[in-house]
Amino acid sequence: MEHTEAELIAAVLAGDRASFEPLVVKYSPRVFATARRYARREVEVQDIVQEVWLKAFQKLGSFRGDAPFEHWLMRLTVTTCYDFLRAHQRNRESSFSEITDVEGDWLERFVTEPDSTENTAAARRLVHQLISQLSPPAQLVITLLEIEERSVKEISRITGWSAPLVKVRAFRARAEMRKLLAKIATDKYL
Amino acid sequence: MNLSELEQKLIAAARSEPLDDRVPYGFERRIMARLGRAAIEDPWAAWSRALWRAAAPCIAIALLLSVWSVIDPAETSTPVDLSQDFENTVLAAAHQDSVTDVSW
Repeated sequence: MEHTEAELIAAVLAGDRASFEPLVVKYSPRVFATARRYARREVEVQDIVQEVWLKAFQKLGSFRGDAPFEHWLMRLTVTTCYDFLRAHQRNRESSFSEITDVEGDWLERFVTEPDSTENTAAARRLVHQLISQLSPPAQLVITLLEIEERSVKEISRITGWSAPLVKVRAFRARAEMRKLLAKIATDKYL
Repeated sequence: MNLSELEQKLIAAARSEPLDDRVPYGFERRIMARLGRAAIEDPWAAWSRALWRAAAPCIAIALLLSVWSVIDPAETSTPVDLSQDFENTVLAAAHQDSVTDVSW
């Protein structure tokens, strides 16, 4: 017999740890997909997801049940990813020296024929490299606002930042990104 | 190079990337094994633990103050009423003003 999420959570809170496993099985793909947006290496991704589930288990008592469990878990996932970004911000790459030939070719093609360039794997790698050089708040806000296309209100709910703070951080993140793009242009073509 | 267009292209490329939601084999078992060592954090239990820990120092401070108030030697030398002492302290500024007025 299948139990509902509320029943599983109540059972875990009552001391039945095994009831937590169906929740892990059901939501791990979602948590992994989110974590892979913020960490590139698979080992780091697995560390983040493990941390998310440990926190979820320990803080399950604070889940009030007035919103779906998934929303609560995704908020926890995003804050854990943000903590990861802050903890690893010193390891950020400081230049675009790691641009591969394929990525370089994509940029060349963009300069000569901007309309012909497509969303290839090279462009994706390039944008990941670009985002990884932003500050942690900028990485978070660009990912949520531009890539996942969430609203300011949603980002505010997920991150716990006020709506005006989200707007300010989005403005700064876009400026940071433009500065980096200008740096690429200068490094590569001047 | 049109930087704004480049930014839009790169963001579009990131958006078009399919979500990678693969879960490593046996991951849930690994999590369950880790949870075996973790305990659920109950905010009320933590609060009650903190209160119990604070109780002993509070009782000790209360006892020390009681003993001090009983054996305080200052009380024997100047037997001033507590209420009068309190009034003098509260109205100290007013008393000082009136003394200044008189001197002027």
